[in-house]
Amino acid sequence: MNNFAWLEPKGLAEASQALKEGGAALGGGIELLCLLKDSLVTPATVVNLKSVSGLNGIRANDGIEIGALATLTQIAQHERIRSSYRALAQAAESVGSPQIRNVGTLGGNLCQRPRCWYFRDPEVHCLKKGGAKCFAVGGDNEYHAILGGGPCYIVHPSDLAPALIALNATVSTSARTMALEEFFRLPAQRMDHETALEEGEIVTGVKVPAEMAGWKSYYYKARERESFDWALSSCAVALRTSGSTVQEARVVLGGVAPIPWRSKEAEAALRGKTLDESVAEAAGRAAVAMAEPMSENRYKVALTRNVVKIALLEALK
Amino acid sequence: MAQSAQWPDRQASRYLGKDIPRVDGPTKVTGAAKYTYDVVLPGMLYGAILRSPHAAAQVRSVDASAARAMPGVVAVLTDIGRAARFAGEEIAAVAAETEEIARDALKAIRVDYEVQPFVSNTLRGKDIPDRVGEPQVNSRGEDPDTLWAQAAAVVEGEYYVPVREHLSLETHGVVVRWDADDALTCWCSTQAVHGVAGELAAGLGVPRQNVKVICEVMGGGFGSKFSPGVEGLTAARLAKAAGRPVKLMLDRYEEQVASGNGPDAYMQCKAAATSDGRILAIKADLFGTGGYSRRWAVPFPYSTYTVPNVRAAMHGVQTNAGSQRSLRAPGHPQGCFLTETVVDELAVALRMDPLEFRLRNVRGGVWDQQLRLGAERIGWSRRASLPKSGRFRRGMGAACTTWGGGGRGGSVCEVRIGNDGSVWAGIGTQDLGTGTRTYVAAIVAEVLGVSIERVTADIGKSTLGNSGGSGGSVTAASVSPAVMMAALSARERLAQTAAAMLGVPAGEVRFADGNASAQGRSVSFAEVCAKLPSGGIEVTGQWNQALQRSGVGGVQFAEVEVDMWTGGIRVIKVVAVQDCGYYLNKLATESQVIGGVIQGVGMALLEDRKMDNGTGRQLNPNMETYKVPGSLEIPDIDVVLFDTHDQVTGIGEPPVIPTAAAIGNAVFDASGVRMRRLPMTPKRFFDAQEGRMV
Repeated sequence: MNNFAWLEPKGLAEASQALKEGGAALGGGIELLCLLKDSLVTPATVVNLKSVSGLNGIRANDGIEIGALATLTQIAQHERIRSSYRALAQAAESVGSPQIRNVGTLGGNLCQRPRCWYFRDPEVHCLKKGGAKCFAVGGDNEYHAILGGGPCYIVHPSDLAPALIALNATVSTSARTMALEEFFRLPAQRMDHETALEEGEIVTGVKVPAEMAGWKSYYYKARERESFDWALSSCAVALRTSGSTVQEARVVLGGVAPIPWRSKEAEAALRGKTLDESVAEAAGRAAVAMAEPMSENRYKVALTRNVVKIALLEALK
Repeated sequence: MAQSAQWPDRQASRYLGKDIPRVDGPTKVTGAAKYTYDVVLPGMLYGAILRSPHAAAQVRSVDASAARAMPGVVAVLTDIGRAARFAGEEIAAVAAETEEIARDALKAIRVDYEVQPFVSNTLRGKDIPDRVGEPQVNSRGEDPDTLWAQAAAVVEGEYYVPVREHLSLETHGVVVRWDADDALTCWCSTQAVHGVAGELAAGLGVPRQNVKVICEVMGGGFGSKFSPGVEGLTAARLAKAAGRPVKLMLDRYEEQVASGNGPDAYMQCKAAATSDGRILAIKADLFGTGGYSRRWAVPFPYSTYTVPNVRAAMHGVQTNAGSQRSLRAPGHPQGCFLTETVVDELAVALRMDPLEFRLRNVRGGVWDQQLRLGAERIGWSRRASLPKSGRFRRGMGAACTTWGGGGRGGSVCEVRIGNDGSVWAGIGTQDLGTGTRTYVAAIVAEVLGVSIERVTADIGKSTLGNSGGSGGSVTAASVSPAVMMAALSARERLAQTAAAMLGVPAGEVRFADGNASAQGRSVSFAEVCAKLPSGGIEVTGQWNQALQRSGVGGVQFAEVEVDMWTGGIRVIKVVAVQDCGYYLNKLATESQVIGGVIQGVGMALLEDRKMDNGTGRQLNPNMETYKVPGSLEIPDIDVVLFDTHDQVTGIGEPPVIPTAAAIGNAVFDASGVRMRRLPMTPKRFFDAQEGRMV
């Protein structure tokens, strides 16, 4: 870890300026501390966003607005989120361990860097770090992408993002507001970061529209260790139903692509159908129809098919 | 007396064989206990080691001039290693005023490496002839190749148990202070205070009696902490060069790449059984790596079964990875998993109940009794009615274990009793976390009939009486007889004084409840102590063979639920029937078994050191990606202490041996998917189901 200056900015403008000058944003600090300790970032200044007002809290009025500094525990325990936007509460509750959820924030969860073990190794100079190749290609890619990969094959680690995209959330930054679905960038589009954030741009919060409260949602996460783990594959679904017929569906996968992966194929397989096990199975198959597994992650195809199926069947319960 | 010594009857004892809370428990849970990591000395510097990033390299030159020039850097060593045989091998070291400065100084050292080709793991190296050692062949009976035709069932397959790590929560490390030019004190996180003292003396060229090693408490070793290691000797050299004490504790990365591991085992195997349910023959080729050395073997076939005809060839594979060290029952969990999986497959191929097949093939009566007992405890008769269709399926499996656990001679315990009634027992053993300090105090308290609070158990110092390293489950059976003999000897002396006070023959005095009594009269322990001649008692006790015994058996049964849609495996229950002899502390003994089962669950479901073929580096040198069980992975654990004799036998290791095998067999019973490769993650489940093997 390098030495750095500590800044408590008075407002977003000052924070944004400091980031442009080589600062790193600190929310909960869970992710930043990892990056600092492995010297993956060497900021001149650490910019403590907690000193900026207006980034906290969860407001339930017209839909639900969540500040970037809301903790995962606050999201998971929020009564309105639990009752009306179930997938989001489930996603928040599935992150890390209780200690991490008590400190980690919405903003950090959306902006965290990949967990790829080549990216995280300070000695490995991979594509993401300006190197010449993706070491997962021909290497150990057990946890890597089966969809949307190339030339880098990371998977996006966020649990909140798939749930929020399924719930048609928008994200606001210091500069703009956009659909959260538009916020993420594939390696083929942008290598140095996984989001659309420009220099100095800071996530300020997300909003889930009020009408999504009428949808049935669910987040299911398959992992190796239930106590504390990243998703091997996860799926957030939101369904607008009439009786047991699906009018409209949003299906978003986590842990299988470099960004939260919206599966239009699975959504199409659901539209107008009566959701039962065979329809859920068909949607799962559709979700992985375009999958291109690597040497060590073929298992993710069958797993993801079933994860989609489980999320859909549970959403109806 | 020495020859007739025996342990007190548990029915009548106050402490021994009962649940004894740890005497140092309160200091550990309050944080008052001082671990090596907690030791801070006046003027102390912080040491750090520069490690090779390359898996194989020669060092052409080391330029530490920039590091030496940094403010706060006090000593630099550039001659620790001239070659790297794995990524993480030690090259240079510094001592500085703070840990941060030390780490920064490492970054300022320029090393010119001549990078060489490497082989990272067994599965790659086994096919490269000059990386494979001469085979050791375990051979008995007929050549299995002549017997397949007469078999009623033949199974064949590839199996793999990966390299696992010790993952001690307290990393390796020391604090070293030179007390004179040829004398030093070393606080060391170790499972062998005398062993470390000897190695430091030899390594530093100072007299053995001038080296004092202290380990009051330590945070796990599992077989990896017998030696001061490169880090210990380096810290001592840095301290000498700096003229100040040095603390050098490994960080988590260093701990995982360079402080030892338990080797892997890859196997190609063909096995057969007869129509009457007997194992007929096993033929196998096994490969594994202990790191750069080609020394490697696992016990196969595992000795719990009678296998009349065997040809098993063990091939050590040289890899550019950290060296093996003993890991809780070295080789046995691997040998057990490989054997028990094959045994289970033979039973299935014969369409025989796997329990019945085991009963026909186990080598002795102890496993026979334990299998029947364990089957009853888990409810083996329910097995047929467990759900075997749909998403969630349940099954049961079993496996057997064996170990030594007898003591080693040479331990010496001293007991001192003062005129003030104070009782002190000292022995140069250490508490690996198993509760050694507690039973040292309890034995003395029991024999003298006093409260355990009155006894000070002093251990963890090389200046105390000799005792060996805590490995091989030998500690209890090595230490407790010496403590017992010292306590008996002290009691004899007390009895003489008490007898004079009570006016009875010494042989009639009984010590209990803080009193010495005979013929209806009694005096207090304190009163007797006050009358002790020449200021008190100082006696020693030697190890006594009659108080301990080697050789234990055990069985474990597991019940699991398999999520067929996700490959998720939930271990519902483990029944651990553990042969244990005379247990000194029931609470700690059960805790040992529980700990073994939990570590076995980790082996079954999660643990897998991954070495990258492309970079030669470990991919998961951290506790995020090298996974061990958390609270949700731990099953209901039913410990059944099965005491077949009344001598002390260590059981630190046997309970870790069969867990993974029992879980694997239960997974097959539940799902019909035979998982021949550990750990049994969702990946391995789908790979096995879809025919992608090792």
